[in-house]
Amino acid sequence: MLTADDKKLIQAIWDKVQGHQEDFGAEALQRMFITYPPTKTYFPHFDLSPGSDQIRGHGKKVVNALGNAVKNMDNLSQALSELSNLHAYNLRVDPVNFKLLSQCFQVVLAVHLGKEYTPEVHSAFDKFLSAVAAVLAEKYR
Amino acid sequence: EVLSPEETVAIALGSINVSVSACVPPPSLPRLLIVYPWTQRFFDNFGNLSSPTAIIGNPKVRAHGKKVLTSFGEAIKNLENLKATYAKLSELHCEKLHVDPENFRLLGDILIIVLAAHFTKDFTPACQATWQKLVGVVAHALAYKYH
Repeated sequence: MLTADDKKLIQAIWDKVQGHQEDFGAEALQRMFITYPPTKTYFPHFDLSPGSDQIRGHGKKVVNALGNAVKNMDNLSQALSELSNLHAYNLRVDPVNFKLLSQCFQVVLAVHLGKEYTPEVHSAFDKFLSAVAAVLAEKYR
Repeated sequence: EVLSPEETVAIALGSINVSVSACVPPPSLPRLLIVYPWTQRFFDNFGNLSSPTAIIGNPKVRAHGKKVLTSFGEAIKNLENLKATYAKLSELHCEKLHVDPENFRLLGDILIIVLAAHFTKDFTPACQATWQKLVGVVAHALAYKYH
């Protein structure tokens, strides 16, 4: 469960993501494809070469959705309802993959924030991404 | 899962960086206990684990963290022969310590983030992929003797 302190930390981190949505998103996806090759199976229609327009575009989309989640931490189920439907009925991405992307996104944050990615921040953010993943998988069955 | 010779070399090179900064070892065990608090279940006799500050300052946690990382260093030196190297440790974790191997994977993920925060830009995607394979192979070896 996200505490008030968690939410403050998450908000503070998100302030640093502003302006870097596309870069961070693309990097997270790229890291995921390289570190966890089976995740590529969901993107047979993509050009997966580094810096591809499709990866940049998709990275931006994902991070903007996370930004929306940050704005609605008290109300994730409702705020992400459309995305939840999309993942359940169209995309049907196996939920284990949410954890893999979460790990890679946190690596990106750690790479760019260094020491600032403290254990407390790491904990809050990991919890946040788990909560988002849970909502995305909510309607799967 | 077997590592290719290139990956073995890459890890060995990377591990030189890790051990150089090992005078202040990247704190992975405290972070594990903070980010995944249920892992504290194995450390009831370690004293005060009531807050991140308490965990980070706890001398037993720090000592144990160092032990774990040293053992990890041994693994890196014995990649060709990891299951044998870790056979006794695996039995210990199963029979005496009763640790669910899922915890090894959690620690591996934490170590990756710690490395990322420490090496920042140098922790390239290729580096991450190699290290992810390494922690996976180590976790697998540590779980190998479970029954």
